[in-house]
Amino acid sequence: MEPILAVFVGALFTVAIYLMMSRHTIRILMGVMIFGNAVNLLIFTAGRLTRDVPPIIPAALDVPEIATANPLPQALILTAIVISFSFFAFLLVLGFRAYQELDTDDSREMRLAEPKDDPLPPLGY
Amino acid sequence: MGADAAGTTFIILMLPFIAAICAPFLTRHLKHNAAWVLSLAPLAIFVHMLGFSPVVSAGEAVSGGFSWIPTFGVNFSWYIDGLSQTFALLISGIGALIVLYAGGYLKGHEHLGRFFSFILLFMGAMLGLVVADGFMTLFVYWELTSITSFLLIGFDHKREASRRAALQALVVTGGGGLALLAGLLLLWSMTGVTELSALLPLGAEVRAHPLYMVALILVLGGAFSKSAQFPLHFWLPNAMEAPTPVSAYLHSATMVKAGVYLLMRLNPVLGDTLAWETILPLFGGTTLIVGTLLAIRQTDLKLMLAYTTVSSLGLLVMLTGFGSEHAIEAAVLYLVAHSMFKGCLFMVAGAIDHEAGTRDVTKLGGLKAAMPITFAAALAAAISMGGLPPFFGFLAKEEIYYALWAASPWAIAFTVVAIVGNGLMLVIGFALALKPFLGPKVETPKHAHEGPVLLWLGPVVLALAGFLTAILSPLAHRFISSPMASAVAGEETAITISLIPSIGMPLALSIVTVVFGVLVYRGLDRARAGVASLLHAIGWGPDRGFDQFMDALVRLSFSVTRRVQPGRLDVYMKMTFAMVALALLVPMLRYGELPSWPSWPEDTRFHEFAVLLIGLAGLVAVLIAKDRLTAIVSLGIQGFAVALVFMLYAAPDLSFTQFMVETLSVVILALVMTRLRLYPSDHRPWSERIVSGLIAIGCGLGFMLYLIRVTQDALDLRLSEFFTQFSKPIAHGANIVNVILVDFRGTDTLGEIAVVTIAGIAILALLRVRTRRRPRAEATGAGAIAVREEA
Repeated sequence: MEPILAVFVGALFTVAIYLMMSRHTIRILMGVMIFGNAVNLLIFTAGRLTRDVPPIIPAALDVPEIATANPLPQALILTAIVISFSFFAFLLVLGFRAYQELDTDDSREMRLAEPKDDPLPPLGY
Repeated sequence: MGADAAGTTFIILMLPFIAAICAPFLTRHLKHNAAWVLSLAPLAIFVHMLGFSPVVSAGEAVSGGFSWIPTFGVNFSWYIDGLSQTFALLISGIGALIVLYAGGYLKGHEHLGRFFSFILLFMGAMLGLVVADGFMTLFVYWELTSITSFLLIGFDHKREASRRAALQALVVTGGGGLALLAGLLLLWSMTGVTELSALLPLGAEVRAHPLYMVALILVLGGAFSKSAQFPLHFWLPNAMEAPTPVSAYLHSATMVKAGVYLLMRLNPVLGDTLAWETILPLFGGTTLIVGTLLAIRQTDLKLMLAYTTVSSLGLLVMLTGFGSEHAIEAAVLYLVAHSMFKGCLFMVAGAIDHEAGTRDVTKLGGLKAAMPITFAAALAAAISMGGLPPFFGFLAKEEIYYALWAASPWAIAFTVVAIVGNGLMLVIGFALALKPFLGPKVETPKHAHEGPVLLWLGPVVLALAGFLTAILSPLAHRFISSPMASAVAGEETAITISLIPSIGMPLALSIVTVVFGVLVYRGLDRARAGVASLLHAIGWGPDRGFDQFMDALVRLSFSVTRRVQPGRLDVYMKMTFAMVALALLVPMLRYGELPSWPSWPEDTRFHEFAVLLIGLAGLVAVLIAKDRLTAIVSLGIQGFAVALVFMLYAAPDLSFTQFMVETLSVVILALVMTRLRLYPSDHRPWSERIVSGLIAIGCGLGFMLYLIRVTQDALDLRLSEFFTQFSKPIAHGANIVNVILVDFRGTDTLGEIAVVTIAGIAILALLRVRTRRRPRAEATGAGAIAVREEA
């Protein structure tokens, strides 16, 4: 099943990156969100897929009887989901405030840090 | 030499740096009298270096050092033979006098301590340069002299002229330093040795190497820029912006001679070829003539001296490149003589400036009565500079004519060059030593009188040294000149010239020189006007060229920056992801790491495909959504599809978290999007969309192939097995994922919590901070209050 999920991951990446190259804040944000999902699924699939057996040890045993799903990528992704959520929330508020302050959601018109008609640096010593 | 002696030499080499650290503190307490204490450092070096005389004059060399970067075979090492010793003696001896002189010259200056510090740092750098054996040691010290000279020239940093001169010196000599580095690395790869002492016997091998020419040009680039050879001479006169002690020390006696030192040091290796014996005399001779002509034109004492320094350096390069034994001897003698008389004259010029308040030779006169000691020193130095007996300069000039005189047209040409150069230098020397002192008394800005002992001690000692070395020439030759000439020539050389002139061609040439000099001196004003009008006719010079070069550099970097950083986020993103796509795809294609075509999975289930298809539909809908609600809902669909994938493949924790996070994200996104009229759809022209699309597809394809390739290899499960095995026995938890997070990798989770907290605080800050950019709103508020009050 891994190759098929790999195709799905590729599609997620394609859409996410396409959206992130856009000029509008909101599309960039949606791209960031999908990008997080794409990365998580990439890690998940790379750790191999197992159906039906979550990495949980039955009550009476010290080690599971049958092979469980790989717990390591799951632990990594759990962390990643939370961090990408807080990252997304921060970017969202940043975009929101930028819109309020600069009256635009077009990244090309946000030129406060790099003004369009930046003068030549002073010549001389 | 034993280990103890090597240790002492190392401490001696570090002594100027130690003194430089102490200088500001000493100066705070002792004011300008700190000079007396600080000059002990160079004096100690002088004495220590003098202690090598028995060894060095016997033709041996003192060497020592330790491993610096052993991985690359780089050593910090020194090698002291006749050449190095003479330079070290000049640097430390004149250095001690300069420190004293600076104490008098800059008495009461608020940054005197800093000045002492800089000049001692420079002394340490210069000393290290002339004794360095390892290539890297040499290069590091070489650049250190450039940097310290930048600090010294720009000492008076509040004036633009100082800043310009400092930067100019740094750019020219630093650039030359890079050429030297390349040259040294090339010599390293040609011969496999990293030490000058090991390189010296390999001359024949280097000269026969096909890369000889390249190495020669690179080394000459370094030497010529440092020693101000035409057309790179322009930085030296500009460096006169520095306080006079700096000019006397760096720009006459020591630093500018570093290039000459390098040429002399490498003469046994690179010399004795047609290229060497053509390039050096040509550049040196040109520099000699250009320098003296430009010197004639000046009326500022320091600038006159600066240009004669340029021409003296030209003379030295010319002689070094001439190749004959006499030429080497002449170069050695002239170098020593020049350091003494030029250092003295600079200090005299500074003393005149300090006491009379001006350095303009046309505004000075009749100072003889007011400054008798200074006058005596100046006269002695000028006689030495003019090459007249009984001073050391005479020996040097006689030797020069011995060396140059031969019957070939090449030699005659350079003899004429030397006569003109020497004659003009005699003119300048006397213009400097006589004009300000003789004649009727001229009113000067300050009431002139003899300066304090600190101001005249240096010139007097140097003038006396020029006299004594000439009188006691056999002794000077035995301990100084002959060992140095032997080191330069690479074979045993004994200098015998003395004050008693032998009747012959050299003496005749000397007389011609003096007559020429006297004639020009009488018509000095006319000569000055002539040169001035010539320069005016030419108009452009390398000094102007430097400004144009620097401006062009700024403009170029500005336009490059503009192009690479246009200030547009989408362009940055495109560049970044294009690189990502290349980084993923190119190595896979280049090294044949593409995955093999995957076989269709045997155990497929319908509902899994259904989930994936729903997710894809959500993705497409996000892309083409025309209104906000569709976009948000579609975004939720793909997120939930991912959550379902986690569910299907035995990751319940992930699934729950994903559901929660996705729900929250969609809710707050909806809140924000409905409050601000943001457009979710794409407004870009099709051409841009296609470019973005191609980059995105490239990245997606890259990640997909990469993932397929990864899953086709064996998986290392050791970590997972460890966690599964020990989760319950050690950590007492049944949910392995949870145990990993809170127990095995608990610190990572703490870090994650910190990240979330910081993000939360940042969000709060962003929402709370209201900028004062909305005066209208405040005005309305104020208006409302006013209205209420009226009511």
